[in-house]
Amino acid sequence: MWKWIQRQASPKVFYQTCNRLIPWFFWPFICLLTVGLYWSLVISPADYQQGDGYRIIFIHVPSAILSMMIYAIMAVAGGIGLIWQIKMAEVVAKVSAPIGAAFTIIALSSGAIWGKPMWGAWWVWDARLTSELILLFLYLAYMSLNSAFDNPRTAAKSSSILAIVGLINLPIIHYSVKWWNTLHQGYSVGTGGIKDTDMQIALALMFLASILLYALLVSIKARTEVLIREQNSSWVQEEVRSLIS
Amino acid sequence: MTKRQNRMILVGLLVSGVFLAGYLGIKAFSENLLYFYTPSDIEEGKVPIEKSFRIGGLVKTDSFERNGMRSTFLVTDNKKTIKVIYDGILPDLFREGQGVVATGSVTCPRKGWSCKNIFTATEVLAKHDENYMPPEVADALESAESKE
Repeated sequence: MWKWIQRQASPKVFYQTCNRLIPWFFWPFICLLTVGLYWSLVISPADYQQGDGYRIIFIHVPSAILSMMIYAIMAVAGGIGLIWQIKMAEVVAKVSAPIGAAFTIIALSSGAIWGKPMWGAWWVWDARLTSELILLFLYLAYMSLNSAFDNPRTAAKSSSILAIVGLINLPIIHYSVKWWNTLHQGYSVGTGGIKDTDMQIALALMFLASILLYALLVSIKARTEVLIREQNSSWVQEEVRSLIS
Repeated sequence: MTKRQNRMILVGLLVSGVFLAGYLGIKAFSENLLYFYTPSDIEEGKVPIEKSFRIGGLVKTDSFERNGMRSTFLVTDNKKTIKVIYDGILPDLFREGQGVVATGSVTCPRKGWSCKNIFTATEVLAKHDENYMPPEVADALESAESKE
């Protein structure tokens, strides 16, 4: 088992795995996104209070969940890199950060667009919105710390510690609507808040599509990152030569 | 002890330290993180009355009145109720029976009035609940409730 993991985590095998996985993420993502969007925008009925404006949840909720999930993956991968010194875990952590930051920005901005007509305000400083904004700052801090060092190993070490410290924010975001009075509504997912089957299916499809999008982007970016890190090894030089010709 | 075990313990200590600090921090700041107070909080005197603050609750059914630009309605948390006065435009989702968060203060419109229960709002935001459903389902739920 340990041998197998070590083999998978060698740069060359990891690079090849990414290469092989990309089409397996890409096509299901396209299919799920198409069907999911159709289900969200056409099949799902309008909401009894918000009319069609509620449909923004099909983007907002998956992005918000992903923004937190990716952070957790980033911190765990960073921790694995710290403890077992697996370089490929550092690569996964590093390339996840901008993707997670993008999902956070999508969650924040789609929420603001929804908030203006529904609440009457683009932004309020309640616990949910503020903690999600802190998540964005954590991503940005991670990225700038990671790029502040020339040596990728030192960079991974210090930024992983930051990622692990920032983990505390995840339960705060999740439970903020339960622990404190917030303007943001409570849980709709998993509590029977979404009462229509078509709405549930649409949300599930969009969530799966977002996960595949993350997996796809990680594979693509990790591939590049491995090539940059291992640029002095002979297999990379061969690979690059075959890519150019 | 191997180096790896050493690192594992260090990371474990880091995680538990961070979570302990987070727990203590949340405990200490809990009150300040409240976005709004409930009508019961006002009744119990938990609210800094002199300052501007927010109240939240449900708009009581059949309590909404409009007089020109001035709206008045009752906000309730199903235990206590407070009257809110607001001069301005209400958000789209403002409905009787739905949630609302109002910024303002407990002030007297005229000196000498007893007005412990009048809240003058400078901003009113609608608070949406976690329910999403098509109108037919909402109607069905409502008629089922009225039968009970």
